[in-house]
Amino acid sequence: MQENEIQQELFKIVKVYLPQDVKENAVKLDSHLMQDLGINSAHLVDIALDVEDAYDITLNEKDMEEMQTVSDAIKIVSQKTS
Amino acid sequence: MKNIKSRVVVTGMGVVAPNAVGVSAFAKALQEQTSGIRFDQQLADLNFGCQVSGTPQISDELLSENFTPLQLRGLKASGLVYGVIAGKEAFSDAGLEVAPKDEAHSEMGIIFGTGQSGGEKFREAIHLIDDGRVRRLGSTSVIQTMTSGISAWLAGELGCGNMVTSNSSACCTGTEAFLMGYERIAAGKATQMLVGSTSDSGPYIWGGFDAMRILPTKYNDHPENASRPLSNDAAGFVPGSGAGAFILESLESAQHRGATIYAEVLGGALNSGGHRGDGSMTAPNGKAVQDCIRLALKDAQINSEEIDAINGHLTATSKDAFEIKNWSEALHRNGLDFPPINTFKSYIGHCLAAAGSVELVGAILQIKHQQIYGNANITNLHQDITDIINSKCVSTKTQEMRIDVLAKASFGFGDVNACVILKKHDS
Repeated sequence: MQENEIQQELFKIVKVYLPQDVKENAVKLDSHLMQDLGINSAHLVDIALDVEDAYDITLNEKDMEEMQTVSDAIKIVSQKTS
Repeated sequence: MKNIKSRVVVTGMGVVAPNAVGVSAFAKALQEQTSGIRFDQQLADLNFGCQVSGTPQISDELLSENFTPLQLRGLKASGLVYGVIAGKEAFSDAGLEVAPKDEAHSEMGIIFGTGQSGGEKFREAIHLIDDGRVRRLGSTSVIQTMTSGISAWLAGELGCGNMVTSNSSACCTGTEAFLMGYERIAAGKATQMLVGSTSDSGPYIWGGFDAMRILPTKYNDHPENASRPLSNDAAGFVPGSGAGAFILESLESAQHRGATIYAEVLGGALNSGGHRGDGSMTAPNGKAVQDCIRLALKDAQINSEEIDAINGHLTATSKDAFEIKNWSEALHRNGLDFPPINTFKSYIGHCLAAAGSVELVGAILQIKHQQIYGNANITNLHQDITDIINSKCVSTKTQEMRIDVLAKASFGFGDVNACVILKKHDS
């Protein structure tokens, strides 16, 4: 799968979880999900589940820990789907 | 020493009921005696004996007014939905403002009860867990299934920083929450309390009652006639659901804010029969019921002759006549001297944990509008009832009347009782 396709899909997934006072265009490749985008830590669990559903993959403990920014997530998905 | 009780008033209300959503729509539905009991296809598909229910009708528009798209994802706890809608309506009805971002309202608390929460969500979780897929539960399983989910949710939305809790006492839950909030303000421990209760819809909360064979089974073709409190042919209670909510506030604060006052809470009582005497898990101890009513009058410093109207528990089981007997003996009033009494359960069914709060909204509307809503589905009053009180005490039509003091009681599964005394407020 192309990285830009993955990027678009991930942006779509992440935007759902943005707090109401964070604009959608705040989501950048290097955005830290919790620190920059203010996403509640509990929702990281839901983002991981949405990513699993979108790509039919399974994320393990290590993947979850490494998934700090949007580009981290793209890297993990690219590896699992290549 | 602070030993003089603060006076407490009702300054906001919210309701999600089977026959109407929102306080003004609910007032109209009760005035016009509109039924919210409908055929329930899900109960029929699952082979329930009783295939009718009182389920609130929630539009997508109302959902999107009260929840963000993210909050709605995977939201299956119907009681949580009803409670949030009713709680936010009461808060906004009282003219209160959500706390600023970095500081909670330290003088405002929440007591919002329920019997259980999110049975359907819990079912989903159980299936995932049993399949070894616990990590697929997501982040909202806890908030939707914990009893205090409703009070926690509302605390976050509104920014309440005083005591925040969820009580549970079966059919008394709403009336109990109301009284506990009243006591907290009267004792000077809070200025405003959001109180109320909620109850889920659906087979997982109603199934146990169907199994106990205490729900009507012969009205599946004509649901509006199924709930028949006080009638000689009462056939069991119709399962219902919904939520009722109130802002209780010290009179001082309400006057200071220039808030609209619905009624004053004069006092009340909570007790239990302890499964002694004629009491059991499912039957009330009559002496305790009478004690509860008497203690409520004493707490409110009201004589029994001052009671202008009663909103009963009256579920449409064989216990309705026993309830009338207990009211009559506790108040020492019978025949034509007995106060006008009514129940809304003929229109909304028995909303279980939400019954007390939904019915209290109606009772307080009666005080505000100075009218008593009519009873329905009475073929003939049960003879054990007419042996005690005159049939004129049970009107089948909505009537204008002077209501200065009203008594509302709830009597619950587990032999628990709650009675509250309300008074018209003259500003």
